[in-house]
Amino acid sequence: MKMLLMGNEAIAYGALYAGVGVVTGYPGTPSTEVLETIAKQKRIHNLQDLYVEWSINEKSAMEVAAGASYAGMRTLVTMKQVGLNVASDALMSLEYVGVEGGMVILVADDPGPISSQTEQDTRRFAAFSKVPVFDPSTPEEAFEMVAEAYELSETYHTPVFLRPTTRICHANAVIDLPEVPFHVKPAKGFVKDSERWVIFPKLSYQNHLKIEERNDRLTEILSDYNKNIIVNCDAPSKKAIAASGVSAAYAREGLELIGAAPRFLKIATPFPFPELLAKQFLEGLDEVLVYEELDPVIEQNLALVCHKYDLNVKIRGKLTGDVVRAGENSTEAAAEVFAAYLGLKPPVKGESPKIPLPVRPPGLCAGCPHRASFYAVKKAMEGRRAVFAGDIGCYTLGNAKPLDMTDTCLCMGAGITVAQGIKRAEPDTVCFSFTGDSTFYHTGLAGIANAVYNQTQMVAVILDNSTTAMTGHQPNPNTGRRADGEVAQVIDIEGVLKGLGVEDVQVVNPLNQQAARAAVLHAADVKGVSAIIFRAPCIALFKPKDRLVVNKENCIGCKVCIMELGCPAIVKDGEKVKIDQNLCHGCGLCQDVCLTGAIGQKGELL
Amino acid sequence: MKNVVLCGVGGQGTVLASKLLAAAAMAQGENVHTAETIGMAQRGGSVVSHVRIGDGVYGPLVPKGQADLLIGFEPAEAVRNLPYLKAHGAIVVNSSPVKPVTDSLAETSYDGREMIDYLGQQELYLIVVDGDSLIQELGSAKSLNMALLAAACQGGYTGVSVEELIDAVMKTVKPAFHEENLRAIELGRAAVK
Repeated sequence: MKMLLMGNEAIAYGALYAGVGVVTGYPGTPSTEVLETIAKQKRIHNLQDLYVEWSINEKSAMEVAAGASYAGMRTLVTMKQVGLNVASDALMSLEYVGVEGGMVILVADDPGPISSQTEQDTRRFAAFSKVPVFDPSTPEEAFEMVAEAYELSETYHTPVFLRPTTRICHANAVIDLPEVPFHVKPAKGFVKDSERWVIFPKLSYQNHLKIEERNDRLTEILSDYNKNIIVNCDAPSKKAIAASGVSAAYAREGLELIGAAPRFLKIATPFPFPELLAKQFLEGLDEVLVYEELDPVIEQNLALVCHKYDLNVKIRGKLTGDVVRAGENSTEAAAEVFAAYLGLKPPVKGESPKIPLPVRPPGLCAGCPHRASFYAVKKAMEGRRAVFAGDIGCYTLGNAKPLDMTDTCLCMGAGITVAQGIKRAEPDTVCFSFTGDSTFYHTGLAGIANAVYNQTQMVAVILDNSTTAMTGHQPNPNTGRRADGEVAQVIDIEGVLKGLGVEDVQVVNPLNQQAARAAVLHAADVKGVSAIIFRAPCIALFKPKDRLVVNKENCIGCKVCIMELGCPAIVKDGEKVKIDQNLCHGCGLCQDVCLTGAIGQKGELL
Repeated sequence: MKNVVLCGVGGQGTVLASKLLAAAAMAQGENVHTAETIGMAQRGGSVVSHVRIGDGVYGPLVPKGQADLLIGFEPAEAVRNLPYLKAHGAIVVNSSPVKPVTDSLAETSYDGREMIDYLGQQELYLIVVDGDSLIQELGSAKSLNMALLAAACQGGYTGVSVEELIDAVMKTVKPAFHEENLRAIELGRAAVK
């Protein structure tokens, strides 16, 4: 059956057909839809044997999946590239221990970056952790690679990475799905063997030798893998192209655009690198231009192959300045680079518009309760030296003007701890952290404990909108639902904070500005750690209330509402303002701000 | 092969429109590749969807200078994505602007007209759909995406007929939204003579 599937959906289907039994993960763009699709299919097909969870963070996800793999289950764990940093402690040791049931670690990289803090390259992490990695160049390939990754994983008792990038994850392609039902491959059960499952220095040494020996063998075996390929092997030119991942697709289309067909190497397994195939590709060449995103992984590997087999081939790419070092690749950029390299005419470029365009940075939605939370803290702290340490989520967008309420953002959970460091460096500053509910459970708890233990004076603000909004509203320990839709126990944030020793915890609706500001003023002078939970649901979770309008007679055109709040629904209308009825969510914050009472509900005003 | 780029602002239904166009093309037996903007950029930012219909496609994205058709749900976004359009390509654009917060904050006044004028000066096939009157007739901007898509189909730029688009809507969209979408499609069709 042919279906148009997003790359992430294709990967999910691949895992379901391969008999995956335990699926864990933490949401993160561009990886999120893999686990969501599996959870949805579990519900649709009532797959009782299949277990799916949103874990509280990537480390937990990795370890739950590892345990199930120890017991012989096929497992899948999903995350974005920075999530792998959180899970890396488990990963590094896990490779030394190995698995029994096939284990695929889906890590989505984000060249650009489009929605990430870093442009880190999971192919590097694969080499670092010694874990084999599959790097799909299309959604179609990603679908097939899942089963192949499980085979490799079980043959060699190692976890295996599947590493798509954003343009694979969020690209759609027609996938021909087999007409067989999903099934869970039965697990043998955990077999006690302390020589195998308990990591000790002696065992690590022995396994290290075995891992290196296995990966050496894989460089040969993967040279025969049907997705590591040489195209146009007999091309007369002594100049060739090599590429991997989605860049291989860009490269092939770019070559067509300039009408060139040189020898071409596509690498689908950057680690272990298919050395014999690469050697065969390099023989007889003068030069190779490598086209890849993020780090020069293929480029360096080809240089090593030249070194190892004494081949006199010049390897060009990022390290030689031929290809850009950061950001995304594209077909048109590939065509231009190749044209210069091969001495051909570059393709016609679309011209950039010669007219100034409005900039459109992403911002908080109209009616978003985070705006009210930030505004309350901002107003309450006017005239005092305060630092606002932000975190990862929709509320990072609190950095946008005019709110300008995110002074730092580092990584998941860091707002709480960065605030502590700033306090230690400048004791007279009031230090706030802003943490969303999902981030709080992910890596916020340790930071709170650290502050309480070390008696650091700070205000931990928890922005509780009862969902994981940025990645598309996944449930978390605060929502009362699990990934598969089943009812879950709620882990009460207030109770957690008190349990960790925070004595002064206030719960306030930020849309009640008076109460919200009073709470901030109180918390700012509490000795030690205090917390404010700003609780109001994400606007995407409910229908808009009565939308607000502007009474043009009372509006004096001061534009204070716009200048203070930056709500997308409030726009200039000649000398005055109006509220876009398609965007307004009726939160009422602008009513509080308006100096002349010109904003209200339709019935009251007009 | 047909390359279509759809662009707009987060929340305008760009992703759904690209899904429907893809579904309609698939129903005709065509191979289809698409790509979407998902994540942070969706929050009021510029969004672009790529739809590639036919064989011979390697990458998910339409290369710059290769789009046969650009559907702009917002005037400035249409201009921003002009580099995708090939020489003498076609544009279907909504004239009604979505004003960014940055514009409200600054002492500028973007109202979309300058963008439509600019498009009018280019050598391309231009269909302007009067978004304001459409929104008035439809009661909201929610199904403007369907109207634009229908106008593009009616103009003969997608390889998909309006009837085939309607079929795709009936199969893909939740029944509760059928009536509103169909009204939008009829208005979009009527906008192209």
